[in-house]
Amino acid sequence: MAERSFKKEVEHLKLGDGQTFTGEGILAITKALLECGVGYVGGYQGAPISHLMDVLADAEEILGELGVRFEANASEAAAAAMLAASVHYPIRGAVTFKGSVGVNVASDALANLASSGVTGGALVIVGEDYGEGSSIMQERSHAFAMKSQFWLLDPRPNLPSIVKAVEQGFELSEASNTPVMLMVRIRSCHVTGQFDTRDNKRPPLNVRDALSNPRRDVSRIVLPPMSYAQEQDKVNNRWPAAQDYIRKHGLNEIFGPEQAPVGIVCQGGMYNGVIRALQRLGLADIHGQTEVPLYCLNVTYPIVTEEFDAFCEGKEAVLVVEEGQPEFIEQQLGSLMYRAGSRVKLHGKDVFPMAGEYTGQIMLDGIEGFLRKAAPQYLPPQVRAPNAPAPAIPDLSKTVPIRPPGFCTGCPERPIFAAMKLVQEELGEHQISADIGCHLFASLPPFNIGGATMGYGLGPASNGAFDGGGERRPISVIGDGGFWHNGLSSSIGNMVFNKSDGVVVIVDNYYSAATGGQDILSSRAQNPTKATGNPIEKALRGVGVEWVRQIDRTYDVKKMRDTFHEALTTDFKGPKVIVASSECMLNRQRREKPQVAQAIKEGQRVEKPRFGVDEDICTGDHACIRLSGCPSLSLKTLDDPLRDDPIASIDQTCVGCGNCGEVADAAVLCPSFYEARVVHNPTGWEHRLNRWRQSVIRWLQSRRDRKRLSFDAMQGVAAE
Amino acid sequence: MNQHVQGLAPRKRDARMETIIKLAVMAVGGQGGGVLSGWIEAVARANGYAAQATSVAGVAQRTGATIYYIEMAPMDGGTPVFSLAPAAGDVDILIAAEMMEAGRAIMRGFVTPDRTTLIASTHRALAVSEKMVPGDGIANADEVARAAEVAAQQLIMFDMEAMAVGAGSVISASLFGALAGSGALPFPRDTFEEAIRASGRGVEASLRAFARAHDAAKAPPPAGTAEEATPAPAPSAVVPQGPSRLARDFAELEARIDALPEGAREMALAGLRKVVDFQDIAYGRAYLDRLGRVAALDSPDRGHELTREGAKYIANAMAYDDMIRVADRKTRAARLSRIRSEMGVDDSRILHLTEFTHPRAQEVVSLMPARLGRWVEARPRLMGWIDRRVNKGRRLRTDSLRHFLQLYILGGLKGWRLRSLRHAVEMAHLERWLDTALDQARTDYAHGVEILRLRRLVKGYSDTHARGLSKFDRAMAAAALLAGREDAADWTRRLREAALQDEEGKALDGAIQTIRSFL
Repeated sequence: MAERSFKKEVEHLKLGDGQTFTGEGILAITKALLECGVGYVGGYQGAPISHLMDVLADAEEILGELGVRFEANASEAAAAAMLAASVHYPIRGAVTFKGSVGVNVASDALANLASSGVTGGALVIVGEDYGEGSSIMQERSHAFAMKSQFWLLDPRPNLPSIVKAVEQGFELSEASNTPVMLMVRIRSCHVTGQFDTRDNKRPPLNVRDALSNPRRDVSRIVLPPMSYAQEQDKVNNRWPAAQDYIRKHGLNEIFGPEQAPVGIVCQGGMYNGVIRALQRLGLADIHGQTEVPLYCLNVTYPIVTEEFDAFCEGKEAVLVVEEGQPEFIEQQLGSLMYRAGSRVKLHGKDVFPMAGEYTGQIMLDGIEGFLRKAAPQYLPPQVRAPNAPAPAIPDLSKTVPIRPPGFCTGCPERPIFAAMKLVQEELGEHQISADIGCHLFASLPPFNIGGATMGYGLGPASNGAFDGGGERRPISVIGDGGFWHNGLSSSIGNMVFNKSDGVVVIVDNYYSAATGGQDILSSRAQNPTKATGNPIEKALRGVGVEWVRQIDRTYDVKKMRDTFHEALTTDFKGPKVIVASSECMLNRQRREKPQVAQAIKEGQRVEKPRFGVDEDICTGDHACIRLSGCPSLSLKTLDDPLRDDPIASIDQTCVGCGNCGEVADAAVLCPSFYEARVVHNPTGWEHRLNRWRQSVIRWLQSRRDRKRLSFDAMQGVAAE
Repeated sequence: MNQHVQGLAPRKRDARMETIIKLAVMAVGGQGGGVLSGWIEAVARANGYAAQATSVAGVAQRTGATIYYIEMAPMDGGTPVFSLAPAAGDVDILIAAEMMEAGRAIMRGFVTPDRTTLIASTHRALAVSEKMVPGDGIANADEVARAAEVAAQQLIMFDMEAMAVGAGSVISASLFGALAGSGALPFPRDTFEEAIRASGRGVEASLRAFARAHDAAKAPPPAGTAEEATPAPAPSAVVPQGPSRLARDFAELEARIDALPEGAREMALAGLRKVVDFQDIAYGRAYLDRLGRVAALDSPDRGHELTREGAKYIANAMAYDDMIRVADRKTRAARLSRIRSEMGVDDSRILHLTEFTHPRAQEVVSLMPARLGRWVEARPRLMGWIDRRVNKGRRLRTDSLRHFLQLYILGGLKGWRLRSLRHAVEMAHLERWLDTALDQARTDYAHGVEILRLRRLVKGYSDTHARGLSKFDRAMAAAALLAGREDAADWTRRLREAALQDEEGKALDGAIQTIRSFL
């Protein structure tokens, strides 16, 4: 069960002819797939397309009714490989994952798929994780389209355009026997809007029927001599067919006047940014009517030479607006122009930065810079000679702290890294490699644990050079998501085979948590359509790991620490694997909170724990925070002239996970922490016992208070 | 060469561009920015506007900084082309769900005096970098508030988090209310409320928070009234509770404070209460005696800084954190009632209270009589033997009689305390420090004050305490080297600030290196 439920939204997927869909881009894509008669869908979750997988999972009933198969693939490679169904069968298939990392993982299958060529439309929907909000290295998926010769769509970021791109993508794929990649950027995935819906279509041939009539076509097998023929086919037949289709069906769009001295070529995804810059320069109106001709590439690969030549005709200069690096499109256009002996001046990365997102300001500066060079008469007077100085706003760059993502309140991974920090205090710093997942946040303060991240499931593999061991053992971290994605073979199998001396901790939080809490093989949840409940430990033993320690409550910091200690100091030869299991708190709270509230309402006995800090015992040294970083463990400035530093304080968002107390105990910090466990609807016997205890305690307290001066009441007032 | 191309006279901006309202929400992951952005979109559509929202949550939703962006415009003659990202200098409404996020918005140029209505909650969700500093690393919110005054065209700023919590809701509701109350969107109030109702979850509480924030935004209270509304009673006006004999004794001590310089009296009173609470009246007398030594050296031309700082740090040094004090504080009635009210425990519920303690041999031995304690401490094997017996985490259920009594008895050992090893060690330490400071103050007043302030470095328990002491010792040694220099006070202040920057004392060592380089 994913972190966010789309049960309500999937109802929109049932909309039909003449109705209007209102919602998020991701959901619109799903609807478009159904309208196109897709036969099977799948993918692997990851920002920004996680929601697409969640929607598909929540829509399984609707998919089932239409005869559409949904597969939650084990990895991007598995998802891309699934498109093999469209190689021999005229069935439309679509898979989704994130770019560029997901495309990296999928690239083996994608390259084979592209060489084979397809019969049914094959669509790869890639959420391009680039720019602000991205969580990965900054690269472009564009290169994969170029090297493998499949086509890349980058539609304008509005719902009608994205929906149209899905349909055109399938048709283009079928017209050119080539898989098509539909790229949607982070903001396009989450952009909201409306489009007119059509009825969903059942696939003309569904995957079940295909099994009854198996097909094979030797020419599509990637083996010599067919592979040589396939390369020729790509260039001689599929490519021209694609260009034909793109031109005939107007996939790329031209806006603005036919005659003008300059023009702009942009990726479809950049369209709104370009228009906004032109709007701000007074060169486009609110509806996007532009004075500067715009050639909008909704297909960024391949380039349609004739279209581009026609656009350049009569112009003195064109600007290419292409985000990221290298500037593949600009290079290609440049070589086309050079070969044709064109005299049109080409601008692009001379006025735009080579690296980084094209933000509003960069877009404005870039287009203004281009016009200033190529056609200054376009620029309104105030831009040509700005004279009003901007008001001086105080510089806050030294004041405002950065706020990177971190572990959530009550996260079960926090105690794992607290324990690791403690064991390193005792045994010294170790070589630690990290993986992809929430646990990577441990590399940030306050834990500062782990350096390299080489890819999903590759944490232990990236310690391979150290497998031979040394004075101190190498440690690596991997999540349950990464473990099943490819870690079992690439990381664990690799360690076993190479007789690694290293230590691995597998962070098992019952979900693929960082991507939004999707179920995986070892999830504990009952999932009606997926086989969950396969223990990681069994898999480890299966590939030959002998030293395995299973910890079922990561919050036991002392046990965590001692287990690390044992793994790092034991005489055992071979990989040492610790499986640290506790449920992701975000998902657990989402599941349990309503249940608990309901139980309390029904009068059932419920214990609700929460932690607190004794104000007058805490000395404000913040050692606890350096072993936690929990959002609910914060600071409070006391109204006490004798105190200089703020003290630790736990707010009402605390979920009572116990980490504070465990860490204070394991690290021997201080006695300030207490757990307050409130018993709702206690039994009558509990009530009586409690009353008796309380009366004795009160008697003891007042006995002592009679013999001393008390200032507590005053402190209470001061603290209000 | 392009000057003569025809038909390209510069144009003015399309006036209709001004009808686009650009709104950005800057929040911390988990604050419900998505819900808020959904409501805003719904209001716009309900009022016949075209609207587009987007976000860049990514992994930032895990407690990192997130941003949501919405554009809307009246629907006439087709759908406008909206931008997917805010641009610096081009945002009409900026909603910041936390004070430093308001600062971040200003920093990124999203708040400009020509157009931006800034709606910001003044509460703080501290970043990890602010919290982990051993000293006070909390960012200066006043700087952000001052920048907001300059940067915003219209400014609505109050604690919307507290308001939402007070209404049993979450901050998205109060932010939405403040947005409605600001009048920055040309939509009637009921359409906002309708958006909340349509979302269907926690509607009543959301509407309550919405209404309160709406009204607060419409008539922002003059700055500072919240704090002034309930003035804290003057410290001297409150009478301590207890037997009348002790109260009379205490009043006598209070009277001695009147002899101190005026600027130091309030601190001295707070200090006196702390040490009397820690031990007894006689201990308070000893405190005032010590303070008297400081006051005798003081002079009015420095505002009696020496006495004031002395009053503060002598009290903190005398009321050291031993096991007796911890046990005493943990068993007081006031503490129990505070926890009960914080946790919402009424008569229908029961409170289980677990204390997390972890005593070591050092703490136990420090409670022994001074000579015996020293004798034991000098014997590592014996210490190890004791440590093996006591050193473990102990979770004490102070709602049960057995554990309460343990702590109660320990907390009652005040009569024993003054003979303990810990007391002897603390007093010797205090005297050394105080003598050094006062020695300095005779020739270099400011340096004397700074040496008193070094006492701030001693805090925490067990290892943390040991690290603090080691920093204190290093800083004291460096301060001694500085004695006699004109800039001694300045450098000793820097030593203190450096020591509070990180746990290990790297910055402090760096500062000491620098000092050694010029000595």
